[in-house]
Amino acid sequence: MENDNAVRVRGLVKRYPDKVAVNGVDLDIHRGEVFALLGPNGAGKTTTTEILEGYRRADEGEVSVLGTDPAHADRLWRSRIGIVLQTSRDEAESTVAELVSHYAGYYPNPRDPDEVIAAVGLEEKRKTRPRKLSGGQRRRLDVALGVVGNPELLFLDEPTTGFDPEARRQFWTLIENLRTSGTTILLTTHYLDEAEHLADRVGVIDDGRMIEIGTPETLGGRGARTARVSWSDADGQHELRTDKPTAEVAALMARFGGEVPELEVRRPSLEDIYLELIGKANDAKSVAIEAGAL
Amino acid sequence: MADTKALPSTLSVGLARTKLEVREFFREREALIFTFFFPIIFLGIFSAVFGNTDFNGVNAATYFTPGMIASGIFLSSFQSLAISIALERDEGLLKRLRGTPMPPQSYFIGKIGQVLVTSIAQFALLLAISGLVLGVDIPTEPSRWLNFVWIFILGTASGSVLGIAFSVVPKSGKAASAVITPVVLLLQFMSGVYFVYSSLPGWMRGVASVFPLKWLAQGMRSVFLPAGFEVNEPGGSWQLGTGAIVLSVWLVVGLFLAQRVFRWTRRDAG
Repeated sequence: MENDNAVRVRGLVKRYPDKVAVNGVDLDIHRGEVFALLGPNGAGKTTTTEILEGYRRADEGEVSVLGTDPAHADRLWRSRIGIVLQTSRDEAESTVAELVSHYAGYYPNPRDPDEVIAAVGLEEKRKTRPRKLSGGQRRRLDVALGVVGNPELLFLDEPTTGFDPEARRQFWTLIENLRTSGTTILLTTHYLDEAEHLADRVGVIDDGRMIEIGTPETLGGRGARTARVSWSDADGQHELRTDKPTAEVAALMARFGGEVPELEVRRPSLEDIYLELIGKANDAKSVAIEAGAL
Repeated sequence: MADTKALPSTLSVGLARTKLEVREFFREREALIFTFFFPIIFLGIFSAVFGNTDFNGVNAATYFTPGMIASGIFLSSFQSLAISIALERDEGLLKRLRGTPMPPQSYFIGKIGQVLVTSIAQFALLLAISGLVLGVDIPTEPSRWLNFVWIFILGTASGSVLGIAFSVVPKSGKAASAVITPVVLLLQFMSGVYFVYSSLPGWMRGVASVFPLKWLAQGMRSVFLPAGFEVNEPGGSWQLGTGAIVLSVWLVVGLFLAQRVFRWTRRDAG
């Protein structure tokens, strides 16, 4: 029977003729959460996602999405998920309203097409054909077509690539509203601020392996989030990591007798932590290569 | 799940797809000109150029009407499907559809439905222009129209399944028109759509008689040309029996191929 996990993956392996794309991934996505899958290009994000969506078959491992193995999915299962692909063409000659209504007709229990169009902010474009929409508006149409079936689980593959900052903010609000309505979301993205903003949990995948899973706040472990205090003096730049930045600043104030030159206190962003994680993984790999282990 | 509503039926989704496909077709200028109006434009040009030139006892419009009808059926089924499906595959529309609960059969119902609607509309328009504008005598004998019905059905059916199968040949959506249009054009020339078939060199007729369009055109000549006209055919007869067999074989081959080679994603998608 289904449990609290919308997605459960154990020991997933997918090989292509020239490489192992996914090499033993474990993953649980809880119902109702937004899970962001991060990783460099070619790390295995898309392959993993496409196996969960039922587009590809796993070579090894156990995959369960909404209690079903996507490799044996039927129409009922497909009616419970929504997929927003990275790039896709619409029926170019139909209007936004025509398309959303048409796609709603595939599902047993669709949302009201007008409400969906309003939710993605395309009310004024109802009678517009997709090729006349801006990039951001087209992406919102993609989301409208992905959610009109009222899915329990939504896959979003790099939804905001190419957006300007304002369009991205609007898009985030749309995703937050979906989450509030109880939809489980698997998001793949290149933008760390996006993951930080939207995701309850984040998984970092590199070279076909899940190297870490955690909340945006705990990713990278306890040490990763320690504050960095930096300043300069006659000897040059200084930086130290500390759990007590306030005390450090107070001590520096006392030392300098007031203003501390170029004082900065900051905590590493998710992006800093992510780059450190990927960097460590690559360092380990090159050490292994040098040692002849690979 | 407390959801008790049933999934929409394959047929109802298929009919919804038909409606969408027909709408797409008539709103797209390129398809409309090169598939829908092409035979009509050619018929107009031919009757203007050749005027009252005698083609074995009939004028140009009368002689070329059946060829243009055959050609229209082939364009509306084979060319239209091969190009549109190649584009839809390359640009990810098929992949998106595969990710929805749309039954795959409904997609094909939509495509075949679109072919039927557009080819019947095209035929009606051709016939109206031939009969009303160009003064072609339209046959009234029921036996001729009975022949028309089975030739039309076999022609659209084989053209459609072959078009679905052929859609995997172009390597990209951009190449689709460039790969498919010349194939169709070549077949049209060799099958005697634009020329008097019996005046073509024997080897060309030999090649053409392997493919369906020649038989479709010959069948349409049997329906629309005056009685006794079959003496002008290379074999001295309409060869309707052979035509039925060749078209049926292509239908079966096309069905088999379409099922084997059809894919929802691009070739490079793994």
